[in-house]
Amino acid sequence: MDNLLKIQNCNKHFEGNKALDDFSCEINRNEIVGLIGPNGAGKSTLFNVITGFILIDSGKINFDKNNITNKGPSKINKYGISRTFQDLRLIRQMTVLDNILLSFKKQPGEHLENVFFQNKKVKNIEFENKKKALELLKYACISEKAYELANDLSYGQQKLLSIICCLASDAQLLLLDEPIAGINPAMIEKILSIITELPKQGRSVILIEHNMDAVSQVCNRVIFMDAGKKISEGTSEEVRNDPRVIEAYLD
Amino acid sequence: MIYLFHIFILIGIYIILSLSLNLIAGYTGILSIAHAAFYGIGAYIAALMALNFNSPFLLNLVLAMIGSAILGALIGIPSLRIKDDYFIIATFAFQIITFSILNNLVSFTGGPMGLPGIPQPVIFGIKISSHLSFLILIVILCIIVYFVCNRIVKSPFGRILKAIREDEVFTQSVGKNVSAYKVKIFMISSGLAAIAGVMYATYITYIDPTSFTVMESIFIISIVIIGGAGNLKGSIVGAIVLVMLPEILRFVGLPNSVAANIRQMLYGSLLVVFMMWRPYGFIGEYSFNRNTDNG
Repeated sequence: MDNLLKIQNCNKHFEGNKALDDFSCEINRNEIVGLIGPNGAGKSTLFNVITGFILIDSGKINFDKNNITNKGPSKINKYGISRTFQDLRLIRQMTVLDNILLSFKKQPGEHLENVFFQNKKVKNIEFENKKKALELLKYACISEKAYELANDLSYGQQKLLSIICCLASDAQLLLLDEPIAGINPAMIEKILSIITELPKQGRSVILIEHNMDAVSQVCNRVIFMDAGKKISEGTSEEVRNDPRVIEAYLD
Repeated sequence: MIYLFHIFILIGIYIILSLSLNLIAGYTGILSIAHAAFYGIGAYIAALMALNFNSPFLLNLVLAMIGSAILGALIGIPSLRIKDDYFIIATFAFQIITFSILNNLVSFTGGPMGLPGIPQPVIFGIKISSHLSFLILIVILCIIVYFVCNRIVKSPFGRILKAIREDEVFTQSVGKNVSAYKVKIFMISSGLAAIAGVMYATYITYIDPTSFTVMESIFIISIVIIGGAGNLKGSIVGAIVLVMLPEILRFVGLPNSVAANIRQMLYGSLLVVFMMWRPYGFIGEYSFNRNTDNG
């Protein structure tokens, strides 16, 4: 099987606290992996490590044949990894449409010289991107919100928007940090159906989620971690019945 | 009439300064109090070139912009590591250092005596010497600077600047090299500020370091904040209001010693009043005292 992401023996210490303890795992192409574990298990730290926001002490991370260990966040995004944040980050003072436009890759208008000398090219690409962005909004059924500030969306719509931004960046691997926590059931359905579609578009997903029903519904595979270690790995059934997992939760 | 022209020329110089500072402070959200330093660097480069080499005005203007932009990169780089209040202190230090160099490098900059007799500009054989011709030149330059700034902030490049202002982490996570953008906008802003410096030097024909102090930086910030941060038209409104305001005092009949102090008090209280009741300025889109929820 072809590995998309390969994490080898990663270690990260925070002042004596082991956030990642010799952590290794592999993510295949077109697969949805659930990452579960108690609070403080190191799940979000792992996301921050993969996306370059936190540097690791030792270990190696390979993505699609590229070594991305300790590269900068913007560079890692360019390789094709996109993420959402647990504390839900968006540019709240910009419109929904602008948030998506910001997320597209390789925009000529982001280079200063093109702003002045390639106006036509910039405008054409901007027009194309706008069309794509509106299509994505239509796909997510929030077309009518395109010109509202991201801040004026409901919490669930904001979470949806953050996933759409990942889609706009055309990532091969999406890291979704609690995409359905704290939102209403109808929105949960919508977001889960979008996530389920991702492998068909050639994308893989790592999903941090506490809602076990949702995890078993969408994930092909589940990794359980605690205290920075991988405790168990398998189908959600297997992991749920693993005595080490039960023990970790009872601790 | 000449008096009015003089006021309009000053307004033009401050429009260029506040437009350029707005790119950093209003759009990218990085407050810098070193803007008068770049204003001064531009003025000194052009003045020294003209005095020592008798070089043409347009060449001096370009060199002043390039020199100022390079120094702008120098101050932009620390902004990648130092944040918020600490960065303001770093720019403050840069401002003080620049002033000290201009004031103490007597053999080169004339020190406190300044540089007298700066030649007036000659563009394509046309000598700019009357107030009216200076006014026309400054209006043209204002339009160019406005066009440049407007083009930047309306472009995808400008969208990234605003994104950096609102949430740097998110901006990085969607693949934008935040550091590179910060350095670039610092270079542009400093380069544009140099235009104002060159115009000031050739208009007054005399410069000394006291025109480029931290007070001047704060005055430019006041224009940006009171006019409205994150809005280019706000900078124009702000420059007009703040340059005109003390001139009105002139006609109230106050003695000069009193008027000068009242002027300072007026700026200070205006800034406080705006910060408290109208933090977005006249027509701004960004406020520095907004509580951010970026964590």
